[in-house]
Amino acid sequence: MIDFLNSIVVLLNFIIIPGISYGSQLALGALGVTFVYAILRFANFAHGEIMSFGAMITILFTWFFQSQNINLGIFPTALLALPIGIVATIILCIISDKFVFQYYRYQKSVPVVLAMVSIGVMFVINAIIRIIIGTETIKFSDGQKFIMKAKQFKVMTGLNEGLALKSSQVITILITIALLTFTFWFLQKTKTGKSMRAFSDNEDLALLSGINPDRVVFTTWIIVGVLACVAGTLYGLDKSYKPIIYLNLVLPIFASAIVGGIGNPFGAVVGGYVIAFSEIMVTYAYKKFFVYLLPSPLEPTGLVQLLSTDYKFAVSFSILVIVLLIRPSGIFKGRVL
Amino acid sequence: MIKFERFEWVAIAIMISLFIFVGIIQGWSVSLVILNMCIISAIMTMGVNISWGYAGVINFGVMGFLAMGGLAAVIVSYPPITESWQVGGRGLGISFILLVILVIAVMYINKIVKQKKNRYLLNTIVIFFGILVIRHFYLNATDNIEDINPAIAGFLGGLGLPIIFSWIVGGFFAAGVAFIIGKVALGLRSDYLAIVTLGISEIVVSVLKHEEWLSRGVKNVIGLKRPVPYEIDLQNTDWFINLVTYLNSSKLNNIIDPTEKQQFLNNLIIDGSGIFVKLSYAILFLIVMLIIFYFANKAQLSPWGRMMRAIRDNETAANAMGKDVVKQHLIIFVIGAAIVGVAGAMLVTLDGLFTPSGYRPLRFTFIIWIMVIVGGSGNNLGAIFGGFVIWFSWIEAAPLTTFIINQLTAGLEPTNALKLHLLDSVPYFRYLFMGIILLLILRYRPKGIIPEKIRHS
Repeated sequence: MIDFLNSIVVLLNFIIIPGISYGSQLALGALGVTFVYAILRFANFAHGEIMSFGAMITILFTWFFQSQNINLGIFPTALLALPIGIVATIILCIISDKFVFQYYRYQKSVPVVLAMVSIGVMFVINAIIRIIIGTETIKFSDGQKFIMKAKQFKVMTGLNEGLALKSSQVITILITIALLTFTFWFLQKTKTGKSMRAFSDNEDLALLSGINPDRVVFTTWIIVGVLACVAGTLYGLDKSYKPIIYLNLVLPIFASAIVGGIGNPFGAVVGGYVIAFSEIMVTYAYKKFFVYLLPSPLEPTGLVQLLSTDYKFAVSFSILVIVLLIRPSGIFKGRVL
Repeated sequence: MIKFERFEWVAIAIMISLFIFVGIIQGWSVSLVILNMCIISAIMTMGVNISWGYAGVINFGVMGFLAMGGLAAVIVSYPPITESWQVGGRGLGISFILLVILVIAVMYINKIVKQKKNRYLLNTIVIFFGILVIRHFYLNATDNIEDINPAIAGFLGGLGLPIIFSWIVGGFFAAGVAFIIGKVALGLRSDYLAIVTLGISEIVVSVLKHEEWLSRGVKNVIGLKRPVPYEIDLQNTDWFINLVTYLNSSKLNNIIDPTEKQQFLNNLIIDGSGIFVKLSYAILFLIVMLIIFYFANKAQLSPWGRMMRAIRDNETAANAMGKDVVKQHLIIFVIGAAIVGVAGAMLVTLDGLFTPSGYRPLRFTFIIWIMVIVGGSGNNLGAIFGGFVIWFSWIEAAPLTTFIINQLTAGLEPTNALKLHLLDSVPYFRYLFMGIILLLILRYRPKGIIPEKIRHS
């Protein structure tokens, strides 16, 4: 019985909790991509950099607050700076729309052209970030680092295996729940949300019934800004901020959005968790788990690892390819908001 | 025959004069280094341009195809490591045969089992257990290979042939990968296809990074043989010394003191050998570029090229005329990728080393796409022009930014924090330039600097 509990704790500690927090970050990112895809109808390659930008502004203000000795006690100071980061990200989104994307929308350009344009935007934001903050790895989480340390857990329960709970993980999960609830409530219940769904579903009919497209687009960018900034900051808080990482993060985010069914917000969220869990589960070495669970003669000798951790990114893409082959519209049928 | 219009002659003249300008200002060596990379970039750009400009098939997997070309350079030119073959060859052979059997089994299941649910279930089971069995042989073999002399070897080595053959082999390698990708992904809508090719190229690069028995992975392969002479050999060759003496005879005759004269000559020979090597590379690359350019243009003007344009402009109509759109898309995707693979092999040849971790999407996929868009999609000369101009500005952006920053902050003290920070971030301004160039071109000249010629024939 104790062995069984131990094996469960191993799973919780190394797969489930990291999976949920990484999945939440991906889900928020994928939701942003999906919004752009559903309303503005293009694949936004700049999304990773927008996330990075939000995180950067948050870090800059975190430093400012830290220098002023303003903090939140046991919570990371970054939470205090997050609203400012969100506002800055929204402004960035709206500026990039006004000066860049709007023109092509009015021209009714094909989606590929808009995707190219977003690559241009990606380069510009990328450069701005590197010029302002450099390329160094930055750790900006402060306050209490652990809610529960592995040692405490061992003492508390008397089990062999520890369960560590980082405060950044808990914050990630809580903020994600709050944000997702708010987004879905907004889409289902408010008038603006309904008009966005209508616009996504059938642009011509939506225009005919008097929905103002500019307003819909404006609201979309606000939501995208909020989601991107929060996702970027949470990722940075959890794993330390590194400007280069966010470009690599775009790929799993796209994978999540497509796997879940692109254009479908619920699908994007599910896709985020699917990608995160498969990345972790396929590359985790299950030796410890089986040692606890199986009687000693059956214990495995190897690491019981399907793929080495080097292939983390490859896993998300293999899943993307498989899903596209079997069910091109994603797990949930895509293209409706 | 290819005829250039006046505008295109101007573009060619601009390209040539840029290099002469740099040669005079920064030295001929720098100019030739840039020129070599420009030519390779131009070949990559032509590869992308063929699939995107001719047929509208998007290819964001440039990085992966380049890496495959690089792998070809290693496999063709590196001397074989017999020990590795002895310890691991059999295991690898067995796992390869098993893999083939597995693939055939999956294809057989797909053919026999009609019910969708059963098919997926059966496939999953077969693949899972197949991989378990293969892994057993495979991991043993690769571990053995990687254990052999890991500091300098630890991989299978290559064939030990002259590296120049790898340019062709690289094309075939990339074409093979492109064929698989195309089979899987080409039915998708263009922006999905962009994401999927980007992702698969990441997979290709991560395989090269981590399968050490094949490519030494992150340990890199260094010291690949060159197709051109080494500087140190040249410096001791009589005909080269005579050539340098002859070219600089007027200057040398002015110096009377014999020791000083010898000193001056030695310096000239050292400089000259570097330039000679780069020049030989440039000539080799130029030949490849012109061959590809010639055939690309010929293909574009042929009935096949016309069919491609028809498919690009109206897929449904082309399909109705009896053209097999799916097949043609696959063909052109593979051809484009093969040209990129050739460029990848040339890139590794030029560097003399293979560093899988150096393949990053920003540098090897997105920059190439900026070249295509800026140069003009659908026009081969435009592609070359884009490759030259963008690579040139990518390199020259740093000195230019330093100059601009120094001018703007001339009033500030040299220890001013802002000035120092800006000078520190000079390398990042090139990304800003690239982004702005791309956005401006897309806005004000969406067909590129040298647009596609509209042919009514």
